[in-house]
Amino acid sequence: MRRAEIITAGLMALLSIYLMYKSTELDIGYIKGEGPGGGFWPFWLAAGMLLSCVWIAINWVLKKSPPSQSDEKYLDSYGLRMLLLVGGGVTAFIAMCHILGFYGAILVFLIYYIRFLGRHSWPATLAISITTPVVTFLFFDIAMRIVLPKGYLEPLFLPLYDFFF
Amino acid sequence: MEILGLLMDGVFIALDPLNILLMLIGVALGLFIGAMPGLGSVNGVAILLPATFLVPPASAMIFLAAIYYGAMYGGAISSITLGIPGASTAVATTFDGRPLALKGRADLALVTAAVASFVGGSVANVLFTAFAPPLASVALDFGDPEIFALMLLAFATFVGLGGDDIPKTLFSIFFGLVMASVGLDIMTGEPRLIFGDITGFMHGINFLVLAIGIYGIGEMLWTIDSTRGNLTMTEAVLSIKRILAACRESIKGWKGTAIGSFLGFFVGILPAAGATPGSLMAYGVTKMVSKNPKEFGKGHVGGVAAPEAANNSASTGAMLPMLTLGIPGSPTTAILLGGMVIWGLQPGPLLFQTQTEFVWGLIGSFYISNLFALIVNLAFIPLFIWMLRMPFTVLAPMIFVLSVVGGYAATQDMHDVWLMLIFGVGAYLLRKLDYPVAPAVLAIVLGPIAEPKLRQSLLFSSGDPMIFLERPISGPITVIAIILILLPLFKLIRDKLKGKKAAAG
Amino acid sequence: MAISRRHILGLAGALSIGAMVAGLPGTAAAWEPTKPIDFIIMAGKGGGADKMARLMQAIVESEKMASKPLVPVNKSGGSGAEALIAAKGANDPDHTIMVTLNSFFTTPLRQPKLGIDIMTFAPVGRMAEDTFLLWVHKDSGIKTFEEFLAKAKADGNKWVMGGTGKAQEDELLTEYLNNNFGLTIKYVPYKGGGTVAKQLAGKHINSSVNNPSEALGFYESGDVVPILSFTAERLPLFPDVPTLKEKGKDFSYGMQRAVVGAPGMSADALKYYQDLFHKVYTSAKWQKYRKDKSLFGDELTGDPLKAYWDEQRERHRKMLTEMGAIK
Repeated sequence: MRRAEIITAGLMALLSIYLMYKSTELDIGYIKGEGPGGGFWPFWLAAGMLLSCVWIAINWVLKKSPPSQSDEKYLDSYGLRMLLLVGGGVTAFIAMCHILGFYGAILVFLIYYIRFLGRHSWPATLAISITTPVVTFLFFDIAMRIVLPKGYLEPLFLPLYDFFF
Repeated sequence: MEILGLLMDGVFIALDPLNILLMLIGVALGLFIGAMPGLGSVNGVAILLPATFLVPPASAMIFLAAIYYGAMYGGAISSITLGIPGASTAVATTFDGRPLALKGRADLALVTAAVASFVGGSVANVLFTAFAPPLASVALDFGDPEIFALMLLAFATFVGLGGDDIPKTLFSIFFGLVMASVGLDIMTGEPRLIFGDITGFMHGINFLVLAIGIYGIGEMLWTIDSTRGNLTMTEAVLSIKRILAACRESIKGWKGTAIGSFLGFFVGILPAAGATPGSLMAYGVTKMVSKNPKEFGKGHVGGVAAPEAANNSASTGAMLPMLTLGIPGSPTTAILLGGMVIWGLQPGPLLFQTQTEFVWGLIGSFYISNLFALIVNLAFIPLFIWMLRMPFTVLAPMIFVLSVVGGYAATQDMHDVWLMLIFGVGAYLLRKLDYPVAPAVLAIVLGPIAEPKLRQSLLFSSGDPMIFLERPISGPITVIAIILILLPLFKLIRDKLKGKKAAAG
Repeated sequence: MAISRRHILGLAGALSIGAMVAGLPGTAAAWEPTKPIDFIIMAGKGGGADKMARLMQAIVESEKMASKPLVPVNKSGGSGAEALIAAKGANDPDHTIMVTLNSFFTTPLRQPKLGIDIMTFAPVGRMAEDTFLLWVHKDSGIKTFEEFLAKAKADGNKWVMGGTGKAQEDELLTEYLNNNFGLTIKYVPYKGGGTVAKQLAGKHINSSVNNPSEALGFYESGDVVPILSFTAERLPLFPDVPTLKEKGKDFSYGMQRAVVGAPGMSADALKYYQDLFHKVYTSAKWQKYRKDKSLFGDELTGDPLKAYWDEQRERHRKMLTEMGAIK
């Protein structure tokens, strides 16, 4: 935890510096007679982020904040495994939305999670995994007219459009 | 007395069977749309607008207003049960609603939200009926410096929101404010902070992308990690008795309800402010005046009641500038305004005189929709509780799916879904180190209002910041805001001095 | 529950019917959309362009003009840059159309990096041209354009004009007044025309160049007064308001409200949308709206529309160059 605290503060400081750098694309100064320029707001607030990081680092040196005193592991083996399985699963899910479209991706993701992570029975898994995309389709595409991307499965949906509209 | 007569006429118009039916459908639809993360009243109203051509304008407006109402009630539902604010107006509801749900008191939180919403809506309706025209002129007096001062005040009421770690809280606020400035700088018309020239950043970072990322994905990862995956969300048993008991218990939040009802209304009528700052300020003020501010954020009933009363009250309030001035106070009212134009009505100062029947029919319907929304909401509470009783390994993936779909629906751009994932994982990693995340969400909501108002004001005064102190309305607000911001600092110094004295003595 | 079961049965039915239809030999019928049509709006929710787009969508829907719905998507980012890029990169140009305003001309000029050539867009139809008027508050006591000039000149840069956006229509007009009448009006940009109207009614700004639809409410209540019209002829709705032409300047300016198709749209699809929006244009609702909001600009489509774009692009290039917004 203690090491994670200072590494994170360092990374956040780098992020702040990048944001400050990026803000300089516009005028960061106070234009006479007009007030702040376009980059003023993000630049000085990012500078505020940087100062906060410095403050966090000072607290770390002085061991004032709880994480800087803790010897607990930042990510133990469970946390790491969870992050890979669940976080990785969600990442794969979003990536699949580009290929299989939302509905195909939802189906695959739910089967993965409920069956393989949750260890529920196959009938329960399939019931939920199939109902969810169907309900989502009826709610979003049909009722709300928010058309979710279909990826390469698009041709399968054309007859459905003909039916509903 | 004339007003009472007009109101009675209005209620009669609203009680037309067609209108009653439309109100019931509207409220129920709104409730579900509002409860869905990523969708809020603005989506519901925009999508159903074309459908309203089938009925006369007054009925159409009543229908859309009912959706608006329903969605305001609904926003609290996902805030409490899933911990994801369904709309920006319901952010503050998560602060105490979520802890209550985790304690197994989701029913109490939901009932409190419903009751507070009802009271807030009712208070606003009465204020609206009685004072619409004079209040409209107050709204007109609010120029850019006044709105900026108000935003400052909203921040001030929230100073104490973060955790105990001051630099991390500041970091979170600054981060949110910087993210709020991504997209287009409206004062120069130049693109700003377009990272890697990716076009998805051009429309800025939608509040929902950050909120769903943090509260949907981040919160889920955190919950799975901290509970090692074994968690039953709530043990709540359903019975009428429990709900009634919850009704009684929710009265404890009366202070929050009262503050929220009035504060929400007055913030709501100001163009550009709207329901979100209203609900945030109501939460902050309620916490400030409470005898036990430490209990807030851990599941205090008042912390649910205040923002919910305020956001309902504010949404009625936002109708006021729309009807009387033709100025939308929120994105939803902007769409409603568009609807009125399509139906051939001209919103504006003359609407109350030229379209008496329409206006009073609509106002009458506010009262009835509000009542319907309460009833429909209470009736659906068992369903929402039942959802929470699903095994966690089923509920968690469903929440992930809702987050991803909701993240897409908000802006209809895959770019934002990826951004949401990054924010979610980032929030999870930072939260493990005690970085508070709520201030960032608050900042990304208020930032886009505050920054242009600051710069427009300064452009007016040719760069002289005294403009905020000189004007009769913005002056006092600014002073109060600055005092509130400095208050914790004074306290800190006083405590230090006391500590020294104690040590010396 | 009954509803969802019915829907599920319907789904199954649709799938089997769809499979059968797919097996039949294709007929040589005219082009029809096969899925919901992306209807990109080049502005945010609730603005003038958005209202008009939603009105068109509502007309198409309520009169059942199209077999598939138009799905409005607001893409307001980067003064329309985001919308232009989305349309250019549409993976199905036959199902992507867009409502445009004058940022269709100005944004590609101001941001050449985007690589947008507006001539590659498919000319579906210009539905109207919105008009601009010069407005002041009634308490200012100003009744004529001459009084306005005198007052604004005396106030110098204390005179504030509010408008929508930066280096867009409203600022172009302000700049025109400054350059041609020796004024030094200060321009303050706001997010939308409605806000500008309110700022004027609340006397926070001194004048505006709102579209009639934005200021009509305050005009009817008598709070704001139009003193000049930027059209070629007087507006029927404001017969007493003189045009700039009558003041001796050969200048008029309008805001295009046109529907365009994504670059790469097939000729058959373009024909379909041209017919569709012709129907919208001639509908009673659209004609009434045009009259109520005092819109100009007759229907333009196909090559005449492209010629109009070319002319407008050159004109904006000149105006922006004079303003110093582009080189």
